Amino acid sequence: MALPTLGTDYIDDRPRSFGASRTRGDGVFRALTSGAGVFVFVLIGSIALFLIVNGWPAISSVGIGEFLTSTKWQPVGLKPSYGVAGLIYDTVLVSGIALVLAVPISISTAVLINEYSPKRLRSWLTGLVDLLAAFPSIIFGLWGLFYVMPNANGTAGWLARHFGWIPIFQADGGLYTNSIFMAAIVLAIMIVPITTSVVREVIAQVPRDQCEAALGLGGTRWGMVRRVILPFGRSGIIGGAMLGLGRALGETVAIALILSPLFKIQASIIKPGGSTVASTIFNEFNEADLAHRQALMAIGLALFLLTLLVNSLARLAVSRSKSAKASSR
Amino acid sequence: MIEMEDRTTTHPEPREPEDPPTRTRQFQLVDGAEIVGAAVSAAALTWLLFSAVAWNGAFGAVLIWYVAFIVIYRSIAQAVHGHLVATDRVMTVVLATGASLAFIPLVMIIIFVVTKGLKYLNIAFFTDTLESVGPQDKGGGAFHSIVGTLEQVGLAAAVAIPLAIMTAIYLNEVKGPMARGVRFVIDSMSGLPSIVAGLFVYSFWVVELGKGFSGFAGSMALIVLFIPTVTRASEEMLRIVPDSLREASLALGAPQWKTVLRVVLPNAKSGLISAAILGTARAIGETAPMVLTVLGSSALNWNVFDKNQDDLPLFILKLIRSPNDAQIARAWTGALVLVMLVLVLFTLARVLGRDRRKADR
Repeated sequence: MALPTLGTDYIDDRPRSFGASRTRGDGVFRALTSGAGVFVFVLIGSIALFLIVNGWPAISSVGIGEFLTSTKWQPVGLKPSYGVAGLIYDTVLVSGIALVLAVPISISTAVLINEYSPKRLRSWLTGLVDLLAAFPSIIFGLWGLFYVMPNANGTAGWLARHFGWIPIFQADGGLYTNSIFMAAIVLAIMIVPITTSVVREVIAQVPRDQCEAALGLGGTRWGMVRRVILPFGRSGIIGGAMLGLGRALGETVAIALILSPLFKIQASIIKPGGSTVASTIFNEFNEADLAHRQALMAIGLALFLLTLLVNSLARLAVSRSKSAKASSR
Repeated sequence: MIEMEDRTTTHPEPREPEDPPTRTRQFQLVDGAEIVGAAVSAAALTWLLFSAVAWNGAFGAVLIWYVAFIVIYRSIAQAVHGHLVATDRVMTVVLATGASLAFIPLVMIIIFVVTKGLKYLNIAFFTDTLESVGPQDKGGGAFHSIVGTLEQVGLAAAVAIPLAIMTAIYLNEVKGPMARGVRFVIDSMSGLPSIVAGLFVYSFWVVELGKGFSGFAGSMALIVLFIPTVTRASEEMLRIVPDSLREASLALGAPQWKTVLRVVLPNAKSGLISAAILGTARAIGETAPMVLTVLGSSALNWNVFDKNQDDLPLFILKLIRSPNDAQIARAWTGALVLVMLVLVLFTLARVLGRDRRKADR
């Protein structure tokens, strides 16, 4: 079959440029989306700026060293004292206890959903976990107030009776409600879904052939989890835990409903009272005068910086686990 | 068939395999009996300890029973099956315990809210406000709060979702020079305490610009919280769209904006919708920033841009702290309505995003 012939003059043999040519529409498109990107910078910049500008008078009135190290929070009165250290201590303590309770639960839940549950149940359980990660925190707060506190009082009493010789469980009797311990239990239940869903997503990325190799070599299912899944998911677990910690540090309403305000560091976690940064802002803001509000802005700034740090570390850990996945393929 | 015949001729007498295949995961009656036996003996031990040493307390009993159960079950399994299988069995029990510690409270919360909330649920709750309604009066509802919630969240969603999707497009399609920085900021913003967002809007909008409290101020705080979650989720959805589609479109001569608009976005549509709805579900329950920006009210205020408004979280918060039982009952019904809204949005997001999710795993 004869091919149709082309004259040589049809063939343009010269090299040509093939870089992307952008139309005017592309220019508009790029400008618009870049604008959205710039907006994000402007937003976080102005959050930081407004907190600094409004909080600075309070910080400078007591001195930055005093602000960061003093545990005395006494914003009302002739000679107010703004010390953030005690509030940060309670914030970190309550979040830390919540994390210690939540992380083992989250890991077992994630492993159980991914490796043990039947496939049909799996999507339901995943859905339930994701739903509860989106649940309003005020609902957890209500549950803590009306269910956990009355029912966990006996538990706290038991701890006080038998482990009272450990300073953190020391108590003088009476009620154990409205304590750091109660707030931490509710907070733990709140962050379990978030941590679980991060851990679950990371361990779902474990190459199946490695799991199957472990089983094929005669390993038990737990052996497979212990030697393949958990090492692979380690940075995901760290990242998920820190994301949960980030949420716990900033949690406001659930804690404000449960903790009764107390501005004194106490060793015992089951005695009533305690104040986190967020719960203090929440409780005092609407009754505060200008100077007091500036002080609340200042502790808000401290909380902002703390969560920023924790979240950046968490993201770093999660993204590292993602790149580990990419390199193992 | 031919292969089968070949095999039988080479092995005329098929012998019993010396190492019969074992079904490692088959759960037999004996295994159940081991668990039950361990549980019963642990209970007996706990009872003995409690009556001998005069310990008390339900929590302590459960704790000691559980530890005893694990130890006894472990030794039974060790004796019958050996070390490896025993560890496997015990760890399965431990993992199941951990997961039930997660699921039981979560299911309990849902049941708790539903049973408490149903008591007061009636038509008046959706049509009345709390204006000039005393604590003990009949009627009285959350109409003003529901209006406020819908307006504030709707407004926030209308502004934040397009912005977030545009940011996601910038990150995944345009890949401009700021992409790394933007992604970092989005990541760190996603953990921003909601009360800090409230402080920001209060100092910027309510005080600095002198606009006062309004539903719109609340919307702005929600926008701050909306953007990172929806951007992150949308970026994931855009990433799933295969590159070959983009390349095909560009190779056909379409400019990038048309490729994104006609090829990428339609392909990611269900995922984007589900990301947006999920973000809305999160925003609807935000309480802390609203206290600083919307302030709350017991009367109906249709105008979202002027004067303080109410919304469901504020409604719950105000009434739950009241010493009066009727008010607390109203708060629980508010909580039920809030949970229902979240549930409906969540289910919607799941249903609309389903086909994507399946491709994901």
